[in-house]
Amino acid sequence: MNVSRRQFLVTSAAAGGGLALGLHVPFSAEAKAAAATEVNLWVAIRPDDTCVIRIARAEMGQGTLTGLAQLVAEELECDWSKVTTEGVTPGRNLAAKRAWGEMGTGGSRGIRTSHEYVRQGGAAARIMLLQAAADEWKVPVSELTVEKGVITHAASKKKTTYGKVAAKAAKLSPPDVKTIQLKDPKSWKVAGQGLNRIDTRDKLDGSKVYSIDVKLPGMLNAAIKQCPVFGGKLVSYDAVAIAAKPGVKGVVKVDDSTVAVVADTWWHAKKALDALPITWDEGPNAKVNSASIAAHLKSGIDAEKAFVGWKEGDAAKTLAASAKRVEAVYGTPFLAHSTMEPMNCTAKVSAEGVDIWVPTQNAEASLAAASSASGLPLEKCEVHRTDLGCGFGRRGGNQDYTRQAVLIAKQFPGVPVKLIWSREEDTTHDFYRPISQCKLAAGLDENGNLTALHVRVSGQSINAWVNPNFDPEGKDQRQLQGIWQAAGDAQFGYTVPNLLVEYAMRNTHVPVGPWRGVNTNQNGVYTECFMDEVAKAAGKDPLEFRRALMSKHPKHLAVLNAAAEKAGWGTPLPPGVHRGIAQFMGYGSYSAAVAEVSVSPAGELKIHRMVLALNCGHAVNPAQIAAQVEGSVAYGLSATLYGENTVENGRIVEDNFHTYPILKLAQMPKVETVIVPTYDFWGGVGEPTICVVAPSVLNAIHAATGKPVRQLPLKNQKLV
Amino acid sequence: MAKLNINGKVQEVKVEDDTPLLWALREQVGLTGTKYGCGVAQCGSCSVHINGEVRRSCVTTVGSLAPTDKIVTIEGLSKGATHAVQKAWAEVDVPQCGYCQSGQIMAASALLAKNAKPTDADIDAAMTNICRCGTYQRIRKAIHRAAEIAAAPKAKAKEGAKA
Repeated sequence: MNVSRRQFLVTSAAAGGGLALGLHVPFSAEAKAAAATEVNLWVAIRPDDTCVIRIARAEMGQGTLTGLAQLVAEELECDWSKVTTEGVTPGRNLAAKRAWGEMGTGGSRGIRTSHEYVRQGGAAARIMLLQAAADEWKVPVSELTVEKGVITHAASKKKTTYGKVAAKAAKLSPPDVKTIQLKDPKSWKVAGQGLNRIDTRDKLDGSKVYSIDVKLPGMLNAAIKQCPVFGGKLVSYDAVAIAAKPGVKGVVKVDDSTVAVVADTWWHAKKALDALPITWDEGPNAKVNSASIAAHLKSGIDAEKAFVGWKEGDAAKTLAASAKRVEAVYGTPFLAHSTMEPMNCTAKVSAEGVDIWVPTQNAEASLAAASSASGLPLEKCEVHRTDLGCGFGRRGGNQDYTRQAVLIAKQFPGVPVKLIWSREEDTTHDFYRPISQCKLAAGLDENGNLTALHVRVSGQSINAWVNPNFDPEGKDQRQLQGIWQAAGDAQFGYTVPNLLVEYAMRNTHVPVGPWRGVNTNQNGVYTECFMDEVAKAAGKDPLEFRRALMSKHPKHLAVLNAAAEKAGWGTPLPPGVHRGIAQFMGYGSYSAAVAEVSVSPAGELKIHRMVLALNCGHAVNPAQIAAQVEGSVAYGLSATLYGENTVENGRIVEDNFHTYPILKLAQMPKVETVIVPTYDFWGGVGEPTICVVAPSVLNAIHAATGKPVRQLPLKNQKLV
Repeated sequence: MAKLNINGKVQEVKVEDDTPLLWALREQVGLTGTKYGCGVAQCGSCSVHINGEVRRSCVTTVGSLAPTDKIVTIEGLSKGATHAVQKAWAEVDVPQCGYCQSGQIMAASALLAKNAKPTDADIDAAMTNICRCGTYQRIRKAIHRAAEIAAAPKAKAKEGAKA
């Protein structure tokens, strides 16, 4: 790997002065670690005792960087005030035979699937640093103590620091992982604390460089247009018509359905692209609209048979014989992710190799995309990671924007090209949260006990989008996430003697993908809102009705109780204010929420307060967990109140924030977070609380108006 | 070609008059702290101050500005992130991904410049920027805290005068 690939000169702006200076921005781990001694994969130490902790996962706002650093620092016994971090690149990980493990950051896995090996990394470094001091002083290592990176030998009153012994420690053999004893979380001093994030400073003055801000010498910019109808083709475009526009360097066919204008600046590229005459072949999908999709989904609701995800007893027979029967059909729409930083990627392609700068949740998938689009082997490609301006699942496995940037840059060999999607392109060419409907039926006995439950989800499958040959019979448990029998990840929290959970796969031409919380969000709405309908039919309090079904699910129940207790369930509220409750499980964590809302006589909704409870097993940083819960409420409420992408003539109608609104500060309710960790498992944090937001609010509305709301978003519903 | 007064310095910017200030700042001047989010004045990621007023630079053309119009971007708000809003943002640990925060900080600082002690309703009305991470609860808290921080030296000065 040549030096220019490792250490890119990046022109950045001097703060305030506006002078373009040549600054060295250390995108690659090697560049930053130059002055530090690598003790092991996870820890490098500078002579001034700064501990550089390596982070393989992506930081997109969720705080995983701070949490992972806390876990390493806890075992390392270093001085937290001297901790800094650096990202591992996928090229480096590949060259080291994936020594840093998985880099993909989705499914709330950042901490829960790497806590063990990162802590072992911190502990191994500590053991080596102590051994180096012991060797130097010729004393048994057992006589040494360490606190905040200062090693002490009490008997001889000798002291040294990690910075001073790092070089010697680096030459020692690492300890056998099997001999490493990790700390009991009860004795944590750095982990487990609600510390502020360690990556805030450059977010305060505009100096943080996101991928969209990357500037390279001689860089060109590209704006892109994809066929508005998914599956349509690019027929022709008139490059001559815009050739004389300011700054235009060329018009590029990117692939069968995509054209790009390349110019000196992005603004020039965008303006010229808007003026470019383009002919599309929209294909047969241009006939599809939201009504035809809804009818397609309804066929899955009405179909005689569907994939059986879970069966207990005989739901159909019991329903037929039940004293009281409750039925409802719910629905949720397609939803765009709308990351604040739009899709973008900067690529430089030459025969020597490919360099890309990209906001990615899966740097290894970006590397693979760069390799396949360029035709160069993986070893000749490198991904320069930046932190992301939001991720939400959009930038994981789907590396469409990375592939496009490489395909464009390939046509300008040796010249870096930055591709930025306009917000319109970003909103209309997403991998949307899958649309679905759900029919539910419940049977009650004479005493109002739930004896049978039938859940039929009909909708689009993410797995089938990713792999069209996925399963022709539609056996897709993932679309039933949260209504699973299996314990541990997304288990249904109720015991129903006669239960039938089914999924009817009904795919469309609209691309779908994981959307923060994935299918727990929709399934949480379906089952938890229906549970309130059934409780009402049984004449029971929604909390008491749930509790009676949860004795075999003590962790679900404990979290539900924690939310209810904090919210004061059953205590009087101001006139006109009503409560709603919900619980659900996803990403290995248990969540519950209580919402307090009022609905005015004119049907105006006000959400006053939300209490959320979460058991994520281990609470590595309670303050950051609370931040994620607050953010989850905002994310969940945007979807509840406004979120909807509709289809007309085969294309997505909503294209920017005026038609796809996002919650604003004035609508944000007061959020109270109750963290009830049991320290006997590791669950996720970034996603699991979103799925209880919508159902708790809808249940509160139901309590307020006496009318269930069964279709989202609320902007389309008359509440009174 | 336009003459713009950016962060206290008048400079020539080589762009057409219809270029949005956002793109002139980002691509010509090299100030990338001001962010593109929507291009249609919906999200506020591009917020800057023009003559002390918060403005959305994505719909403010360079041609509409005179060299006497004082433009302040996030980079020019203070030296070393020492503005009361920036201090409060750090203390309250507001940012998550951080992408919208330049705009949020510019909107909050413009609010406080006019209203030293805003109420929750004032904050609701003034803070219309989108944060997709959902940091709103902390933004509200940090604006109240920034008001306290900004008032603190004055309060001390008053005490000093009394003594």
